[in-house]
Amino acid sequence: MKTENHKFRKILVCCGTGCLANGSMDVFQALKENLGPDSGIAVETYVKATGCNGWCEQGPLVKIMPDDITYCHVKASDVKEVIEKTIKNGELIKRLLYRDPQSKKRFKSHHEIDFYKKQHKIALRHIGEIDPASIGDYLSCGGYQALQKAVGMQAAEILTQILNSGLRGRGGAGFSTGLKWQSCARQENSPKYVICNGDEGDPGAFMDRSIMEGDPHTVIEGMIICALAIGAEKGFIYVRDEYALAIQNLKQALADARSFGYLGDDIMGRDFFFDIEIIRGGGAFVCGEETALIASIEGNIGEPRDKYVFPTEKGLWGKPTVINNVETWANIPVIILEGAENFASIGTDHSKGTKVFSLVGKVMNTGLVEVPMGTTLREIIYDIGGGILKGRQFKAVQTGGPSGGCIPAELLDLPVDFESLAAAGSMMGSGGLIVMDDRTCMVEVARYYLNFLAGESCGKCVPCREGIRRMLEILTRICEGQGKEGDLELLEELGETLQIASLCALGKTAPNPVLSTIRYFRDEYLAHIREHRCPAGVCRKLTEFYIDPELCNGCGLCKKNCPVNAISGEKKEPHVISQELCIRCGDCINNCPFLAVKVK
Amino acid sequence: MAVDINQIQEKIHVIIYAYPGEKRYILAMMQDLQKICNYLPREGLELIAEHTGVAFSEIYSLATFYKAFSLVPRGKYNIKVCDGTACHIKGSAVIIDQVFNSLGIKPGETTEDGLFSLETVNCLGACAIAPVLMVNEKIYPKVSSSGLLDIIKAYGGHVHENGKS
Repeated sequence: MKTENHKFRKILVCCGTGCLANGSMDVFQALKENLGPDSGIAVETYVKATGCNGWCEQGPLVKIMPDDITYCHVKASDVKEVIEKTIKNGELIKRLLYRDPQSKKRFKSHHEIDFYKKQHKIALRHIGEIDPASIGDYLSCGGYQALQKAVGMQAAEILTQILNSGLRGRGGAGFSTGLKWQSCARQENSPKYVICNGDEGDPGAFMDRSIMEGDPHTVIEGMIICALAIGAEKGFIYVRDEYALAIQNLKQALADARSFGYLGDDIMGRDFFFDIEIIRGGGAFVCGEETALIASIEGNIGEPRDKYVFPTEKGLWGKPTVINNVETWANIPVIILEGAENFASIGTDHSKGTKVFSLVGKVMNTGLVEVPMGTTLREIIYDIGGGILKGRQFKAVQTGGPSGGCIPAELLDLPVDFESLAAAGSMMGSGGLIVMDDRTCMVEVARYYLNFLAGESCGKCVPCREGIRRMLEILTRICEGQGKEGDLELLEELGETLQIASLCALGKTAPNPVLSTIRYFRDEYLAHIREHRCPAGVCRKLTEFYIDPELCNGCGLCKKNCPVNAISGEKKEPHVISQELCIRCGDCINNCPFLAVKVK
Repeated sequence: MAVDINQIQEKIHVIIYAYPGEKRYILAMMQDLQKICNYLPREGLELIAEHTGVAFSEIYSLATFYKAFSLVPRGKYNIKVCDGTACHIKGSAVIIDQVFNSLGIKPGETTEDGLFSLETVNCLGACAIAPVLMVNEKIYPKVSSSGLLDIIKAYGGHVHENGKS
């Protein structure tokens, strides 16, 4: 198969964290070395390292333009062939193209693949297409044009555009961004501050990481526009400590923005000064809560405060502050440049625009997905996600992180927007979508989240500090086979107390995973309590694995990989698990190609 | 593996005094200190108190509030097993147990020879390649129980047969 023989080629190697962990830096280096000035290749080539393409499952990903070829699972050892065949001769290497597991068809361009076709990228529009460390790349795809436009607008106009777009905060609370900015603009106190909340703490979520790593300038541009509208001179980007690459790329972007005159004195010819400082988080989930984050910047421990006065009135150092999430900032330049109506035409009545989700867990196509609000869970998980891994059964999808809930199969046709998810007992949250199958124990998931929150609770208020601990004790007992009658009722009662009486959203939403799993999976809880049995085969004291002799064909895969040599059997004969030696690690049941290993 | 304090006394001074003596820079001072010393030595914390004028008890409060910091030296190879939700449902709890079975350490502990320490982290943001662990800066994707044993051996760790101690 051939494409045209172009005179130049741009090669984009994904260097987002997922692909990097799979060796994409080696691929990038190999390409650079072999395409250097002495390579003697007639084609002019540019090799760029980009941010996360979103399709981490298929990485390392390499895109070749202008042919529009996407190669998957590329290794450094493939590079010579790629150069010989594709770069020099425009030939396609079929084995590196994506192959649909159902149709078995191969696809040349990522534009043809369902995973990408069904997405609508606004916040992620540049990621995977540009080198995040290059302001030149950002400028060449329309970067800072929104700022150019904003500089010629009145502050009130900017505020109206943001309000009319219907943009709601993407960090979890979903508060109207326009109203927040307007409220701060009205304040007469000064100085005012603009903060980017990059303390993405929800386990399972990496949207903000990808944006900060892959397109840092869009966040910076959004913040400068806000500063213009509300009258601020100083901004902060608070980045989670664990995100080293994001911090590096943001630092570079800030330095470049300053030298190009987008930050500092007299920005774009206006009498306007604004600069941004990066603050590294210290590893505390609660610092994602806006008042805790503000306390942390001030040099205190990250304890939230009561919000009868909002940060827009009294925020950082008691001054008016706008604090928004990374993804919210990423949408601002688009709204200003293309207008509020355009943005508002996407999504549902009360949830405008798109949302980036991190689609992870037991799904075929794991990665980042951006879709219009109102898309159904089924479309995301099956059409884009490719369905459940290894032919197992869908059980639930967890949305909203530790503040959210688990949604069962009956509700797969739920449209994803703020109100629908809340009505189902969950919430949008920051966008984590964790897909769970029949090998996930919902009781253990509830326990897991409470364990997480118990460690992250700041300890300031009694309901959260003590309540989470007591709920965790009950759930741990249940998972170890010591559940009692009345435990579920007690969990419900405690949950209600936390929801009403906690100081901040961490405590108030902590009961959600527990209450939603009790609501939809009560039977599973009862199996643990009354029958001392874990149907999913996860809670080790309540689990026994066995091999179904009807389905086992003696391939020996389980025996070979058992870390404690607990499986015995002759080749082509049904194998047997020794219950004394078995440590319930689950490797056998997870990997059996015939689903012959089962839970008793 | 404790770092010889006398040797790096000057280094600590340089790190801390690189920042203005204001409360709001304490977090940054501690991060730099943690990176160089592999933990927060008491001397470093006392110097921060001196430089910023903030009470030592409050410095201690900050050092123990944030999970990025350790008051005891971490191992030469710091194993961070991600226990974020995606990694958790793909078996990170099993990996954490396996580390205990092979090296005898639980999260927060260091082996006696100072070679390995174990931490669980809440999400490395690499959910698509779960379960994930890091040894120092290197990320390992899709780690299995047997894969873990190979990783430990690669760093010179001694592992018992059958993965059990």
